[in-house]
Amino acid sequence: MTKASKHAKSESMWAYIMVAPTIIGLLVLNIYPLIDTIKLSFSKTLPFGLYELKGVQNYVQMFASPEFWRANLNTIYFCVLTVPIGILLSLVVAVMLNTKIKGQTAFRAIFFLPMVVAPAAVAMVWKWMFNTEYGIINTLLAHKVNWITDPNIVMITCAIVAIWSAIGYDAVLLLSGLQNISKSYYEAASLDGATKLQQFFHITLPMVSPTLFVVLIMRLMASIKVYDLIYMMIEEANPALTSAQSLMYLFYRESYVTGNRGLGSSVVIWTVALIGLVTVVQFIGQKKWVNYEV
Amino acid sequence: MNSSLERARKIRTGGVYAFFIIGSIIMIFPFVWMFLTSFKTVEESMIIPPTIFPQSWQTKNFTDAMASLPFLSLYKNTILMIVWRVVCAVAFSSMAGYAFAKLNFKGKNILFSLVLIQMMLPSQIFITPQYQMLAKVGLTNTIFALVFPGLVSAFGTFFLRQAYMGIPDEIAEAAYLDGCNQWQTFIKVMAPLTTASMAALAVFTAVFAYGDLMWPLIVNTDLKMMTLSSGLATLRGQFNTNFPVMMAGSLLAMIPMVVLYLFFQKQFIEGVAMTGGK
Repeated sequence: MTKASKHAKSESMWAYIMVAPTIIGLLVLNIYPLIDTIKLSFSKTLPFGLYELKGVQNYVQMFASPEFWRANLNTIYFCVLTVPIGILLSLVVAVMLNTKIKGQTAFRAIFFLPMVVAPAAVAMVWKWMFNTEYGIINTLLAHKVNWITDPNIVMITCAIVAIWSAIGYDAVLLLSGLQNISKSYYEAASLDGATKLQQFFHITLPMVSPTLFVVLIMRLMASIKVYDLIYMMIEEANPALTSAQSLMYLFYRESYVTGNRGLGSSVVIWTVALIGLVTVVQFIGQKKWVNYEV
Repeated sequence: MNSSLERARKIRTGGVYAFFIIGSIIMIFPFVWMFLTSFKTVEESMIIPPTIFPQSWQTKNFTDAMASLPFLSLYKNTILMIVWRVVCAVAFSSMAGYAFAKLNFKGKNILFSLVLIQMMLPSQIFITPQYQMLAKVGLTNTIFALVFPGLVSAFGTFFLRQAYMGIPDEIAEAAYLDGCNQWQTFIKVMAPLTTASMAALAVFTAVFAYGDLMWPLIVNTDLKMMTLSSGLATLRGQFNTNFPVMMAGSLLAMIPMVVLYLFFQKQFIEGVAMTGGK
């Protein structure tokens, strides 16, 4: 055996040893469960944790359920409420953080704070502030709005909390995009007499658009998967539950409260398909507005 | 001319400060209100208009919260879950990331596609079978159950592969010529060059493990085996209208991470900015 081939052999041996934990883990924790979830979605849930393959019955039941369609609507509504406003606000915060001012690091840290607080705790305090009778928000408004229990308002309430929670995270990501823009562009534009606003639309926005796209995709995916916040804000007994129930909340309740894991699995598969569709549309749409020429 | 430009600049700076001060109040107020409420009696929390500072600073809410939730166990479980998930993610992802970036072996592309598949799918699609595996072998209500989905990290593998791809091949080759085998090259020469990325992955893993709610809620239903997040969800069920106790519980649950954040603020934010987009 030549030295080179011996080297190649030892290299691939080490490579297999080094990827082994991850690959075994992925197979056990992800690939097998993926197949199993697909199988479950075509199975009937029997007592004692048993299943029986039953064809498309779960999907038929799911598509016939008004609660399921309502959950789709709620999820889309939640995305419409949170994603555009959230990203716009994050961009504003990022642009402001990118100006040279004293205390910039402190402000960045403050906006980022909700990220390090568990969503469960965040939801608790907002639920208290949005309380109809004694909440500070209604006291300030001098008006009794049923933030948590009115089916027409509850999603807006959840959206406010979601935007508030995510602003700092998105702003930090956008800020790193802004910091990569070379100062020379702005200097040249200033010499040509461009106003700050013109500079924003003709330099900043096109240059930050790749980062903006990443943040948009990520925020959209996270919003379609929203669960913890709504779960903590809206309990089982809340009359507005069906108006706030997202797809993942429905999945949780169907699988672990009602105990019908087959139907729950169908809901997950549907949600994944929805995420896939939205992502594809985004990637096609990006060609119109994302600028990769730097 | 010059003075009007100067004035415009001053107005703009003033505007930026006004924006940040109002923004900061909106960001911080909920936590201040949580803190103040947690020291009020239930009766006081229901006074209209509300008092800003507690009439007398009560600690009863904290003792009540601690009486209905075993907070010491919750802290312990949460810390163990985070530590194990971070250790596993960093160690296994470093190994795999290095192999995928720097070593040649058969089946590399197929194996890497497994990583990509996991990254593209939302974690909820794996939850029910993961739970059933643990239930079948009687491992629910354990620390292992909390760590289980985080034993390996596809995202971490992808992220550290990027880090290793940024290191020139010559460095590994030099180490090899000096007589290191592949493992020694990795551990002694290459891995130390990725500490910033490893730290970022650790922060990212810790923050998301800490906030995770659905998995701990499903897999550990025994009160003593819950995490801070799932414990809070249980507290919510018990004290539905007693907001001071819930604020006390929330405060107890958030304090450790916030304290860490105050000390390592820069690492937290930079870690998240580096791993951003997941």
